Amino acid sequence: MSMGLLRLLRGNKASAPVARERLQILLAHERGQRGQPDLLGVLREEILAVVSKHVTLDPTKVIVRLERGDEVSTLEVDIEVPNDIERKRVAVG
Amino acid sequence: MSKVLVVTSGKGGVGKTTTTAALGAALAQRGDKVVVVDFDVGLRNLDLVMGAERRVVFDLINVVQGVAKLPQALIRDKRLENLWLLPASQTRDKDALTEQGVGNVIADLRSRFDWVICDSPAGIERGASMAMRYADEAVIVTNPEVSSVRDSDRIIGMLDSKTVRAEKGERVTKHILITRYDSSRASRGEMLSIDDILEILATPLLGIIPESQDVLKASNVGTPVTLANTDGAPARAYIDAAKRLCGETVAMHIPAERRGLMDRLLRRRAA
Repeated sequence: MSMGLLRLLRGNKASAPVARERLQILLAHERGQRGQPDLLGVLREEILAVVSKHVTLDPTKVIVRLERGDEVSTLEVDIEVPNDIERKRVAVG
Repeated sequence: MSKVLVVTSGKGGVGKTTTTAALGAALAQRGDKVVVVDFDVGLRNLDLVMGAERRVVFDLINVVQGVAKLPQALIRDKRLENLWLLPASQTRDKDALTEQGVGNVIADLRSRFDWVICDSPAGIERGASMAMRYADEAVIVTNPEVSSVRDSDRIIGMLDSKTVRAEKGERVTKHILITRYDSSRASRGEMLSIDDILEILATPLLGIIPESQDVLKASNVGTPVTLANTDGAPARAYIDAAKRLCGETVAMHIPAERRGLMDRLLRRRAA
């Protein structure tokens, strides 16, 4: 109580509760993931395999990112395709 | 009955080696026969903290590979006659730690000592997994800080799945040891509290070691902190932790370091 008052007088907010909350959310998620295959790695490999059937790709230019939000999460797939793609497609076709 | 205890954390710099030396010396002082084993291959430091760095001839890897016999590699402490050190190799790499080889050495150590205390390297790679592989009990060293707590949680997951005991459907007995605790900062809400850490990690507490200059001073002179300044707050906290490891019930103190007026005025802290 006296500590709370002191803090009020000093005007700085305790950061420990923020640390605690961030950890609880993060660890709840990480514990669920444990022992499961690396989702992003699997997605990256399979997307690469599908796209490579049709277009020649540099595997290092395929980036898969996941951003977790409170309500929804977004999966971002960024594939850099070489400029000579049209020619290759025509040649194959 | 002998026990294999791993001192681990995931994160580096939290006090694993200090803890290994301090608990090893405290247990030896109680009369148990103790060996502390350094698993940090390539970056050994337990020899330095124990003050035995100039007496290393053979090491853990030599024994694992059969180059040296175990008694040739064990170094007896100069202060306590029932405390021994098995140093890590400074030159080899950690791939030399084979599961079979480490298993043989641990079995041999078990037959000679009451306590085999394995000082794990940081990280979750081979050295760390070999250090915990044969453990009966684990001390998870945690600082009151988010990255350390997260890594401890990860290590707890490994202890519950990757150890021989876990694979046999048994349990490794786990203990949290909170180090570098600063009670004044915690009471100001600047540091995760003990309760927060224990609730998040859902693991029982072995002890609370305060942030203190004693720890640095002890390592400077190569003495386990429990032998250096036995009246100091960290030594007392480690000695209590050792008693709890032996099954004694000791009241838990949240240590507050006594500071002189000048220290307070200068806001001097341990390095």
